[in-house]
Amino acid sequence: MQHYNMNLTLKVWKQKNSKTKGAFESYKVSNISSEMSFLEMFDVLNEQLVSEGKEPIAFDHDCREGICGMCSMYINGRAHGPWSQNTTCQLHMREYKDGDTIVVEPWRADAFPVIKDLVVDRSGFDRIIQAGGYISVNTGNAQDANALPIDKQKADESFAAASCIGCGACVAACPNASAMLFVSAKVSHLALLPQGDPERKTRAFNMVNQMDTEGFGSCTNIGACEAECPKGISLENIARLNREYIGSMLSGSNAEGLTN
Amino acid sequence: MPLNSKIPAGPIDSKWKTYKATCKLVNPANKRQLEVIVVGTGLAGASAAASLGEMGYKVKAFCFQDSPRRAHSIAAQGGINAAKNYQNDGDSTYRLFYDTIKGGDYRAREGNVHRLAEVSANIIDQCVAAGVPFAREYGGLLSNRSFGGTQVQRTFYAAGQTGQQLLIGAYQGLERQVSLGNVEMYSRHEMLEVVMVDGVARGIIARNLVTGELERHFGHAVLLCTGGYGNVFYLSTNAMGSNVTAAWKAHKKGAFFGNPCFTQIHPTCIPVSGDHQSKLTLMSESLRNDGRIWVPKQKNDQRKPSEIKEEERDYYLERRYPAFGNLVPRDVASRAAKERCDAGYGVGSSKMAVYLDFGAAIERYGKIEANKQGKPNTSKEEIIVLGKGVVKEKYGNLFDMYEKITGENPYEMPMRIYPAVHYTMGGLWVDYELMTTVPGLYALGEANFSDHGANRLGASALMQGLADGYFVIPYTLGNRLADDIRTKAIPTDHPAFVAAEKEVSDRINKLMSIKGKESVESFHKRLGKIMWEKCGMARNAKGLNEAIQEIRELRKEFWSNVRIPGDIEEFNPELDKAGRVADFIELGELMCLDALNRNESCGGHFREEYQTEEGEALRDDEKYMYVAAWEYKGDSNFELHKEDLNYEVVHPSARSYK
Ligand SMILES: Cc1cc2nc3c(=O)[nH]c(=O)nc-3n(C[C@H](O)[C@H](O)[C@H](O)COP(=O)(O)OP(=O)(O)OC[C@H]3O[C@@H](n4cnc5c(N)ncnc54)[C@H](O)[C@@H]3O)c2cc1C
Ligand code: SF4
Ligand code: FES
Repeated sequence: MQHYNMNLTLKVWKQKNSKTKGAFESYKVSNISSEMSFLEMFDVLNEQLVSEGKEPIAFDHDCREGICGMCSMYINGRAHGPWSQNTTCQLHMREYKDGDTIVVEPWRADAFPVIKDLVVDRSGFDRIIQAGGYISVNTGNAQDANALPIDKQKADESFAAASCIGCGACVAACPNASAMLFVSAKVSHLALLPQGDPERKTRAFNMVNQMDTEGFGSCTNIGACEAECPKGISLENIARLNREYIGSMLSGSNAEGLTN
Repeated sequence: MPLNSKIPAGPIDSKWKTYKATCKLVNPANKRQLEVIVVGTGLAGASAAASLGEMGYKVKAFCFQDSPRRAHSIAAQGGINAAKNYQNDGDSTYRLFYDTIKGGDYRAREGNVHRLAEVSANIIDQCVAAGVPFAREYGGLLSNRSFGGTQVQRTFYAAGQTGQQLLIGAYQGLERQVSLGNVEMYSRHEMLEVVMVDGVARGIIARNLVTGELERHFGHAVLLCTGGYGNVFYLSTNAMGSNVTAAWKAHKKGAFFGNPCFTQIHPTCIPVSGDHQSKLTLMSESLRNDGRIWVPKQKNDQRKPSEIKEEERDYYLERRYPAFGNLVPRDVASRAAKERCDAGYGVGSSKMAVYLDFGAAIERYGKIEANKQGKPNTSKEEIIVLGKGVVKEKYGNLFDMYEKITGENPYEMPMRIYPAVHYTMGGLWVDYELMTTVPGLYALGEANFSDHGANRLGASALMQGLADGYFVIPYTLGNRLADDIRTKAIPTDHPAFVAAEKEVSDRINKLMSIKGKESVESFHKRLGKIMWEKCGMARNAKGLNEAIQEIRELRKEFWSNVRIPGDIEEFNPELDKAGRVADFIELGELMCLDALNRNESCGGHFREEYQTEEGEALRDDEKYMYVAAWEYKGDSNFELHKEDLNYEVVHPSARSYK
């Protein structure tokens, strides 16, 4: 693979905190190696800013291997940038060429308020999980793990849904800022396993309810979420969520909120 | 103060049973009056917080990421061990215990390790019940694979995302307790001090990382589940935020630090590509099940790997260690790679890499698949296609990750790999109950030193984290808190809280007031370079002495020339990082001191002066069969305490994988 260096212009969203208004600011970076990751390019820029006595750009990141779900940049109009099934931290600079201009924004959604610059508050996702994204089993009284065989295909499908990293790109990509793909991934992960069965009736209902409460939009089947999801979470999960949701309505479930 | 490990008396396989049957209990009404602080929500912290919440304790949990689900445990790839013997290959609790003791090069406590092996099977049961989608066979039963340092298949996995699936399981249990009101979760919070009242840990000072405000939190007990300190080397496979701060603050408040120099260098990571590098990426050990490691037999061979014929390749692990081959433990595999590269046989542009080759595995799996499909006459090309499919199912996400980083396709050409810092066996010294030398202060998971001796076996960290959190602390904490039920919650305007908060704010103010010229990042890089070169894969007395001097200089420079932009009362990642790097610098010195004290080679600690003629590690059981527990005595001043290790069951011998 041929390596090269490049000079770039970056237009980055700067915003002091959730109460102030933000705006784009332009920066120049030079001698960026094609071998760098996108975030390493930001490291270089931030080092430069610190040495010039300016404030660096705040962004979220941790694992830098595409698994923690912390990184969250909207790059040239796409959540996590141009590569498909990829996170921001895994995007590499060989995608760009000398002289390019790159526009970087935070996730934009009412339910994800900006904390600073490119950092947003995604705690709404945790509260959606609190509403029912779990199996109610206490520590210490589980039966032998092989007592209940599970069809391999079901287990694999469940795993595929469970590989959601909770990054929020689906929300950022969706014109309605809906969190349906995220919710459906969790509902599918649990609904596909026999262990998740007993709470099926209430889970979908309560989680969707919480999603609405948080201010996420509704799903109108646009599909932008699937296209931008770094983990390839499929729209079939949303179809499954809809079935689960209707199922819980029809069964007259005692889900919270249905009775009042 | 003599160190008391509190290992229960009796035969090895009844110690834990006896403990559980006789430890003190807290009744449900009293549990509701008892408050517990859990710092960290990785596998150890999330499982502990969820379990203690279920039991009825009032729990507060803290993490510095924006959600507990993002703890570094999420990145674990390959798998988790358990002595289930589902493969009927002769596994047992004893064998897992034995492998772990031997793998740790006889520097771990027998009592702890046996308990770990005992509860391992319950962990898998617990995780499956909580909805962890482990890999399964067509018959619907759980699948296993092999990891290094063992001859059985006892590793459970979920593709290359085992840590993610386990953490999501524990996280969901935690969120359930949050929704029930049993756990209060504080994300984007960093614990910066332990609060001591009358010699007992009674709370923490935490900084809200969004607003910069300092907060005081009371707890009858404090659990540190804050992970490892591999980032002291700057470059490691750890997440960017992983740090030693919580453990270091505890150390300075009296908690002894155990075996700080025991660091694990993982043999299979993507090599460094340039100065810009911010972290290193692991290629899971599970790949060594199927990948063969080699270098050219000819020095400085410039040819492409595909042009190098079979007989011109040196499969040096298979050559040197025929019994374990590519599955020797990590310390052994790492040193062997370094040896080949140092001798001039390395590959790639930097020459600091070896090949991890899947060619043979692809062909083997392809043939099996063709037979399964009833097509024995399949062409070689088709076999390769089928084989790639199988390899993709097993390791697809790792192969994708490799390609994204290097731009090379590992299905077509061998991966280039090199050892990198990965895990720290050292950590806060704890007794059998996981309590540090500070009463009421516990350490769980990678943050403690307890179970892996001088070298951890693959797939055993996840096991230990969940063992500590799900199955050990629920008992051992009760044993202490049963005597604490009369202690009322201490109001946080108590002078001890005021003083601890002042300590933290003074330090932050001091950092901000330096207004020097050099960035935090730059100091971190410089520290990492010293550590990697002089306290890394190979160490010697001369280098370690130099390192100690250099680190002291660096520390002075840091405190007079670091530049931290922004303000205190705002979201300021540079300030967060400055505090962490300051602690890493102090820790680095202690690591070198510990490495210098240990005049032997064992596990991941390789002192060049102590090796056999064949270059294998040379232990000195006579003099060093102890845990080095260091007490903080003020600036650059540490006192060594020794906990002698007694082997009642396993007889230490030279570790051989030949
Ligand atoms: C790339 C990689 C792959 C791995 N693969 C495997 C594997 O296949 N099998 C295996 O067994 N092991 C593996 N390991 C090792 C294993 O993942 C870790 O040892 C283990 O997950 C550590 O868990 P933990 O709960 O102790 O800590 P962590 O998961 O590191 O969690 C630490 C927690 O503490 C919090 N924290 C830290 N400091 C503070 C503070 N001051 N204030 C507030 N919160 C704080 C963090 O926010 C986080 O929540 C791997 C490690 C790496 C790096
Ligand atoms: S569904 Fe995909 S895009 Fe949405 S949170 Fe999960 S991983 Fe991210
Ligand atoms: S930093 Fe973890 S997914 Fe990008």
